[in-house]
Amino acid sequence: MEGIKIHLKVNGQDISREVDPRLLLSDFIRENLLLTGTHIGCEHGVCGACTIQVNGDPVRSCLMLAVQADGCEVKTVESLIQENGELSHLQQAFSDNHALQCGFCTPGFLMTLSSFLEENSNPSEEEIRKCISGNLCRCTGYSNIIKAVKQAAQTVSN
Amino acid sequence: MTKYVGQSIKRKEDYRLVTGTGQFVGDIRMANMVEAVFVRSTHAHATIIGIDISEAQALEGVHAILTGKDIDGKIKPLVQFESHCALPPNLVEAINPTIHFCYEDVLAKNKVMYVGQPIAVVVAENRYVAEDAADLIKVKYETLPVVVDPFKSLEKGAPLIQEHLQSNIQSNFHVTTGNAVQSLKDANHILKARIKTPRVSSNPLETRGVVSTYENRTNQLHVYSSTQLPFEIRTYIARSLDLVEQQIRVTAPDVGGGFGPKGGVHPEEIMVPYLSKLMNRPVKWIEDRLEHMTSARHSRDQIHDVEVAYNRDGTILGIKDHFIIDSGAVNYFGLTCAYNSAYHLRGAYKIPNYDSTCQIVLTNKTPNVPFRGAGRPEVVFVMDRIIDMVARKLKMDPVEVMRKNMIQAEDMPYDQGILVKDGAQLIYDSGDYPAALDQGLKMVDYEGFREQQKKWKKQGKLVGVGISTYVEGTGAGPFESAYVTIDGSGQVVAYLGASPQGQGHETVFSQICADELMLSPNEITIRVGDTANLAFGAGTYASRSAVNAGSAIQIASAKLREKVLVVAAAMLEVKSSDLQMENGKAFVKTQPEKCVTYKEIAEAARPGNRCKVPAGMEPGLQVTHYFVPPTVTFSSSVHIAMVEVDKKTGFVELKGYSVVHDAGKVINPMIVDGQVQGGIAQGIGAALYEEIVYDEKGQLLTGSYMDYLLPTSMEIPTVEKSHQEFLSTRNPLGIKGVGEGGAISPPAAIANAVVDALDPLEIMINLLPISPSKLRNWIKEAERKQYKIEVG
Ligand code: FES
Ligand code: FES
Repeated sequence: MEGIKIHLKVNGQDISREVDPRLLLSDFIRENLLLTGTHIGCEHGVCGACTIQVNGDPVRSCLMLAVQADGCEVKTVESLIQENGELSHLQQAFSDNHALQCGFCTPGFLMTLSSFLEENSNPSEEEIRKCISGNLCRCTGYSNIIKAVKQAAQTVSN
Repeated sequence: MTKYVGQSIKRKEDYRLVTGTGQFVGDIRMANMVEAVFVRSTHAHATIIGIDISEAQALEGVHAILTGKDIDGKIKPLVQFESHCALPPNLVEAINPTIHFCYEDVLAKNKVMYVGQPIAVVVAENRYVAEDAADLIKVKYETLPVVVDPFKSLEKGAPLIQEHLQSNIQSNFHVTTGNAVQSLKDANHILKARIKTPRVSSNPLETRGVVSTYENRTNQLHVYSSTQLPFEIRTYIARSLDLVEQQIRVTAPDVGGGFGPKGGVHPEEIMVPYLSKLMNRPVKWIEDRLEHMTSARHSRDQIHDVEVAYNRDGTILGIKDHFIIDSGAVNYFGLTCAYNSAYHLRGAYKIPNYDSTCQIVLTNKTPNVPFRGAGRPEVVFVMDRIIDMVARKLKMDPVEVMRKNMIQAEDMPYDQGILVKDGAQLIYDSGDYPAALDQGLKMVDYEGFREQQKKWKKQGKLVGVGISTYVEGTGAGPFESAYVTIDGSGQVVAYLGASPQGQGHETVFSQICADELMLSPNEITIRVGDTANLAFGAGTYASRSAVNAGSAIQIASAKLREKVLVVAAAMLEVKSSDLQMENGKAFVKTQPEKCVTYKEIAEAARPGNRCKVPAGMEPGLQVTHYFVPPTVTFSSSVHIAMVEVDKKTGFVELKGYSVVHDAGKVINPMIVDGQVQGGIAQGIGAALYEEIVYDEKGQLLTGSYMDYLLPTSMEIPTVEKSHQEFLSTRNPLGIKGVGEGGAISPPAAIANAVVDALDPLEIMINLLPISPSKLRNWIKEAERKQYKIEVG
């Protein structure tokens, strides 16, 4: 198969690669860029574990081809940490509220939520539940995730 | 002396997991690594006539293709897991089991027994190429009659799943106490019911996966697997490939959920190591979700036919139960779920006459194994439906019937008259079930709710409340190991045999160790999930890690403290009873400035002629302890569900969910609450959404998340939690297990609540999940019946 050249920005870095047209964006991120924080749970767009941000919007990287990301700005969970190594408010809130157990779903939740919180800095419980309803978690039973989002929103608005 | 045990310490594991720097099997990369894809049976029962790999082999980038014939004589078939199947002699005598040997080839050779069974494996440059090649492999089958209904499987002349057996009954046993038959004669009433729990899939968000690398120089396989049981995998790789255990190291890295089915050993966990040795290069296999739904083992799938003897006042005199477990094509876990079911059915109730017969039946489905609760959710559903049905028959409140039959606090320790699976007498160690019930009723203002309910129902709002209780044997043996050391830099490192899948082992075990060694949890490093660290280990399943690994590390740390003090005493030339420890130092009580640090003590404990370790003791600061529990310890719980039913659509909305639970000594309340909430979410899934469905040809109809529904944030309420803390008498800290509990009661509590919401309409919910279409049908049927009575 002919490779196709793509240029994109990932976590602030310019990337140029030649990729197979059928390569999934999720595999591109994990295998080619070695950003393994993005997880694959279902590969059919239901679990949300592979969520990243493309041009600021949460997107399932298992439902996109790498070539479709050409020219886009991509953010993965690896971008959330602060430069000094400290956690972002949202990451810290996840840890403070025991919003993760195995942590496999966590990057997907964080990417969905960090984009959501930028648009809605003071969400109600109902809004939070709706926002994360496309991300499956098999361990936590969600309630601590909701608690964490409330804390993160509060920290940011203070 | 517990400073950290009992506190909600934040988890040490979180930093890597929230930053995307954890390492799951799928994240492992190695130079020269190739990827494997399995070709799986598309038929539920068929003879393999031939496999044509020529086209696939010719594809560029394909390195190897193996079929069942290629491994014949080289890889032994998988058989049932002895460590979970072996029964103590007194139990064998008591229940008189028949257990037939059954097996599965690692790659099917002559015939396939279920859709999804591996029949060939392709290794290629990467997964894309391997999948292309797998598509080019042509398998010729001759189909055989398929049996998916366990009752049909029991019929004479049914197709044999395991051909060497005489029938499809893989095992059976009988457990009894008192005289249930007599109680059925003596009672005022008899209730008969068939109660089923369907097949479900555990669905950890991380699918299974294996990476294996073979090192020539040391002749060693290093296998990474997303497993609950690294030690067991090691044993079975050795056994299947004719290696010695020392040639194999198994690591469970970060594991993205397990819930039971990641325990045990799967064919892929044998095949991938074999391939890496054969090809002398690293091989990786990551399961996709469709494979997970078809091939990763399922669970539950029980059918109970119960007869219940009860009196006018609500006293239950006896229960006679005959139940079937649909085990799929292979039974790997012997009587694990089956006997768990049999010995847990009566739960918190005094029912002196009990008789249970079980048959484990083979069918053309994926094998059935333990999953969170392992046999308890099934029978708690049976028992609590019984309580509810008896109450409704007698026009009593279910709570009255519960109280009438419940074991009282003063009855503790209570002997249920039969044996636990480990052969010990089934004696509940501690607890107060009526108090838990009262506490739960208070939490939901039961009386107030009952008052309100009448009003709401008059307004057409169908709300109901349902209760379930359970008593669960947790912390199963046989043992767990801990190896605690202080290294040359003074750092405490503890190694444990029980590896986690999100339960926070690195945090809770450092809390226990910290209390013993007078440090903070942050000063302790916990290493888990690697067979290189310890000679023996068991693993994480059956709500056992806190109990067994917790006790092991507590005792090992206490012994290490003694040794540290002895060495420090020799260094300071005082008696060790004169010493005290704090912050990584030992000092003389009366002269705190006279002190030595752990680093100095470790230095003084090194072998050599300046060694300060007293003669007769091993040099070095390390202690290994294997904790062997006397028997299981009994957690208990009361769950109360509030629902509203939409009669027109059959939709059940959860209005609230409350729980009172007793897990003995709680090491970290935040983590325990998390386990409870997460378990309940899975239980709610089982109650309302989840079901593995096969058609009559044995084809899986629920192979994706479009068909197999998992609950989301919209369906799971925040559970109200309240605690009891009755210490277990069977381990030093008084811990009882908590991992599975949450998942046990929701189906029963929710079913009872739905029945209650629809009362006076007589609905029977003896089947799960309570999906809108099913409930709508039950409502229609009940309405029809009621109408008939009125006109009749
Ligand atoms: S892996 Fe992309 S949504 Fe599940
Ligand atoms: S924390 Fe395990 S799946 Fe969400």
